[in-house]
Parts: sequence; C-alpha cells; structure tokens
Amino acid sequence: MTNGNKMKIAITAFGIAKDILQQKQIELNCSESASVGDVRAQLIQNFPDFEKLASLKFAVNTEYVADDYELSANDEVVLIPPVSGG
Amino acid sequence: MQEIYVTSDKLDSKACTDNVTYPGAGGIVVFVGTVRDQTKGKTVKHLEFESYEPMAIKEMQKIADDAVEKWGLHKMVIHHRVGLVPITEEAVVIACSSAHRKEAFAACEYAIDTLKETVPIWKKEIFEDGEVWVSAHP
Repeated sequence: MTNGNKMKIAITAFGIAKDILQQKQIELNCSESASVGDVRAQLIQNFPDFEKLASLKFAVNTEYVADDYELSANDEVVLIPPVSGG
Repeated sequence: MQEIYVTSDKLDSKACTDNVTYPGAGGIVVFVGTVRDQTKGKTVKHLEFESYEPMAIKEMQKIADDAVEKWGLHKMVIHHRVGLVPITEEAVVIACSSAHRKEAFAACEYAIDTLKETVPIWKKEIFEDGEVWVSAHP
C-alpha cells in the first residue's frame, strides 16, 4: 500500500518502557499499513534507550504479536519490556 | 476464590492450598515467591510490582490450563501481588493438586518458570540509594 495515508497509533508502556518514554502513553503517526516492526524502528529512532533493553516485545489487544503484524488504528498496542514477575 | 488473580492486597498461600484440596489428591505442591532483603549483596528496602493486568490474567490462565492438561492435575491456582510488597511477604503463590506428587511438582515448576518468561508483570527493586527494574538490561 503506497497511498500515503497516515494513521495515529496509541502506544501504552509499562515498567522501564514507561520510564524511557517518560510517560504512560504516546501517539505515533504511522503509515496506514504500518507493521509492529515499523513502529519498533520509529520508537528506537526517537528513543534510543529502547535498544539497550534485553528485549522489547509488543502486545496487540492483549496478545503477543510478531514484528510483521499489521496494525489498525483501533488496536491496543502495548510495549512489553523484559518481564520480571514472580 | 478466583483461581487466577492479580491483586494489590496481601496474598494468602493457605487459602490457595485449601482451594486446590480435594479428596482424590495424593499431593499438593505450593510455590510461594517471597520478597528477599538483598540482591547481589545490596540491601533491598522493598519491591514494587506493576502489571498489564488484562494480559497478565490471560497469560496466567494459559499457564494454568496448560499445566492442568499436560500433567492431568485436578487444579492449579495462581495469585500474583502488585504494588509495594514488603520484605518477607508473598509476591506470588502457585498451588496445584494431583493424584500423585510427581505431576504436581513438575507442573508447579513449569508454572513459575513460564510465569517469569511470559506474564506481563514487572518488578522494581527499591534500594536506599536508588531503584532498578529487574532484568531490563542484558
């Protein structure tokens, strides 16, 4: 898709990801067919500290997703830095 | 009692044990994760846990369902505390029961190991002179 349309993606962060963003939630302007991988690249560009983490996973609508997942405007996107429960 | 539960209240490992008790059980295994007062020789004041609760519940439920199915358990209960947890208090309780002990031991270890890898809960260690998100960096 190369129609150039943009969509806004709201991203919620927990743990150290929230500290890196310095806020709980941000909005990114993405192309309409943006994948999780595209969002990851954009985030790392804007917040280089994400690259220092041991891992950074994404959840969409409360399920883990891979980088090739194509996002929709209404998706609930959450950053999952290394978990450490227990 | 809710079998899969995230709460800022104190956990009750005895209540979890009672919940999985049944007449056919030959063994009940309970893992209680407690808050330790030091890490790598440094004094910890307390821990703070944060969760992405709807997903944490889903992932904990998956673990319990998988464990019940794989080891033929009667039941598994998983409770996790969030917020500030003082030294010595229970941060996580996993209780399961089965006809024979081996299955219960194996299932309980599987559950805590998997929880630490998949459940979106984060632990911050609070020291006298700062704080650290556990496992965040390589």
